[in-house]
Amino acid sequence: MNTINVRYFAGIREKFGRGQDVVNADGIRCAADVWHRVSGVSSVSAPINVLVAVNQEYAPMDHPVRAGDEVAFFPPVTGG
Amino acid sequence: MVRVQRHPFDPWAEIAAHERQYPQWAGKYGATAVFVGSLRDFNQGHTVAAMTLEHYAGMTEKHLDKVSREAIARWEILDPLVIHRYGPLAPADPIVLVAVWSAHRDGAFLACRYIIDELKTRAPFWKHEETDIGRRWVVPE
Repeated sequence: MNTINVRYFAGIREKFGRGQDVVNADGIRCAADVWHRVSGVSSVSAPINVLVAVNQEYAPMDHPVRAGDEVAFFPPVTGG
Repeated sequence: MVRVQRHPFDPWAEIAAHERQYPQWAGKYGATAVFVGSLRDFNQGHTVAAMTLEHYAGMTEKHLDKVSREAIARWEILDPLVIHRYGPLAPADPIVLVAVWSAHRDGAFLACRYIIDELKTRAPFWKHEETDIGRRWVVPE
């Protein structure tokens, strides 16, 4: 399985118009690469208010990502 | 114990049930600190008719388990009870319960505060409310 499962939540899910994507892992080294792939944005920095989780743990945008991983993008949280 | 659930709950019944689950606790604690968060019918100047809580299933439970374990490591407390709703909610519904049992009040108060604060700032939940000016995602204060 040479793919990465990408999840979106809340306002980011609405912007994408879907809750998840499956992307080919070729050429992807970190979470920022995943973001650029799915968002079509070529700039180096992602929007500052996007949070990232890799395999359900908070991670920075430069966190390594491999085939089989789950990467999630979401806005600041508002539970409680 | 951590539970993330769709259906409504009665926090006071849950506290009593948790204590019954641990009969060996009787006489071991002298303090119980409880936080219950409920849905207001107003927010940021507008009337709130209803709310839907989105969450990241799996990561939410992992995060709350981790926060509970951190609190147990830091203060002398018994197994805390953390319950959080997701899905559709109505005003006055309890959203979250954090209950902490400890020998003394300091541990109970501090651990309860720690768990709810960590939950609010890090647990992956998102509030989407229906107000008199339309639907909107709640932004953190």
